[in-house]
Amino acid sequence: MNAIEKELLKQIADLHKIPEGAFSLRVNGEGKTLSSTSEIEIEKKTDKPGINIYVKPNVKGKSMHIPAIITTGGVNDVVYNDFYIGENAEVTIVAGCGIHNNSSEDSKHNGIHSFHLAKGSNVTYLEKHLALGEGTGEKVLNPVTNIELEENSILTMDTTQVSGVTSSVRKTNAKLGDNAKLVIKEKILTTNSQIATTEFNVDLVGKNSSVDVISRSVAKDSSYQNFYSCINGKNKCFGHVACDGILTDQARIDSTPKIVCENVEATLVHEAAIGKIAGDQLVKLTTLGLTEEEAEDLIIKGFLK
Amino acid sequence: MLELKNIGYKINDKVILDNINLKFEAGQIVAITGHNGSGKSTLTKIIMGIVNQTQGNILFNGQNINNLSVTERAKLGIGYTFQQPVKFKGLTVCDLIETATHKPLEIKCGCDYLSRVGLCAKDYLNRELDSNLSGGELKRIELAIALAEGKPLNIFDEPEAGIDIWSFDNLTDLFEDLKSKNNLTIIVTHQQKILDIADQIVVLNSGKLEKVGSAQEILPTLKPQVCAKLEGGNK
Repeated sequence: MNAIEKELLKQIADLHKIPEGAFSLRVNGEGKTLSSTSEIEIEKKTDKPGINIYVKPNVKGKSMHIPAIITTGGVNDVVYNDFYIGENAEVTIVAGCGIHNNSSEDSKHNGIHSFHLAKGSNVTYLEKHLALGEGTGEKVLNPVTNIELEENSILTMDTTQVSGVTSSVRKTNAKLGDNAKLVIKEKILTTNSQIATTEFNVDLVGKNSSVDVISRSVAKDSSYQNFYSCINGKNKCFGHVACDGILTDQARIDSTPKIVCENVEATLVHEAAIGKIAGDQLVKLTTLGLTEEEAEDLIIKGFLK
Repeated sequence: MLELKNIGYKINDKVILDNINLKFEAGQIVAITGHNGSGKSTLTKIIMGIVNQTQGNILFNGQNINNLSVTERAKLGIGYTFQQPVKFKGLTVCDLIETATHKPLEIKCGCDYLSRVGLCAKDYLNRELDSNLSGGELKRIELAIALAEGKPLNIFDEPEAGIDIWSFDNLTDLFEDLKSKNNLTIIVTHQQKILDIADQIVVLNSGKLEKVGSAQEILPTLKPQVCAKLEGGNK
């Protein structure tokens, strides 16, 4: 790996070398490295770009890394990754995409992920998106995540978009079975004139299914974020959406949490709060010896932690 | 250590504080009391630089600090504990103590600070300072941060507010401890037990300095309205 590749992998997946175990690395739109284990099989798709990942039933405590990186301008990567998680398996998936673009040409990554979680399985999915480089070419990330959770399965998604991404459109669609649980924690920081759009559509079909969406966003400078979520309660279920945003400068955040109850026993809650950093928070931290700028940085860092 | 010379504060034409002259020494506990709206909190905010006086001078260890920001006053050794603790989403108790001390927190030190205010470090160091903590817990954490800072001058604005479970004996012990370290402690309070341990009591009335003296001199003279909270407070 060259220095740029190493830096991107370090930042998006905390990888300092190729890890042991199940692993897939995609570089500039091409599958570069791929390895399976006896418990997690990763195979290259034959009909379109991407991979299929199969986790055997009852596998416990295993993890896999599937980062994608783009290190140049002029790349328009579209990749389809399908995850098939066996019954009662418990795994952690570390994904993410990093773009380094020093050119005047745009670079785009469109990752379409599909999760199929069988009964009783439990997946923690960690995804970090960032972009580096001083080029005028745009750095675009448009992830789509389609989720099917069978009964008693749990998916916890922790997604972070920290810096440098010119524009992103993140779409997540989920359908939950009986007693299935989906937890989504999203953190987004936009600066300059960046644009980030997030759209969640969750169908709580199964009895006692639940979803918890927690979105924290910080928009600085003249950046713009648009958050939309729609939770459909089709059975006895519980849904909660919380969207908190901090604005600075001339930035803007739109938040549209929508809940649709189709069942008298569905309990759906949404809450949204957007505003500038509270004055008392800044004053408190200055009484501890921080400057206002340092205080603002610490508040934002904590908010997005 | 701290001298307030002819401090005045007006908002438009309304006088909030008028001609306040006070002098405090290191190792003292000073209680500032008076009716609600008498200017107690405003006076302490002026000392910290949160509010800027419209008249007069503040000398800290002989240095005029009028033009210093809150940050600069904090670096000079002035600490401030708020009446209403501030909440922070995502920041933990540990984060705030480290911010206050400007160094990584050793677990042992965290235990010391938190146990002094009746909290267990194991349960609290990694807790976020958000709505999941009660007002009383947040208040105690504020006090623990003041202990961790160890500043020569500590200002507490109604520290008794929200101290519902923890006994006042522990709170007064904490102030006595600061005194034993030769720190100057200024407390805005209505509480009898805190007034009892003060070396000086300052009584403000409608923005004016009504009287200053020892607890023995001042306590018998306080009007019932000023002492009202003494009757109903958690003793």
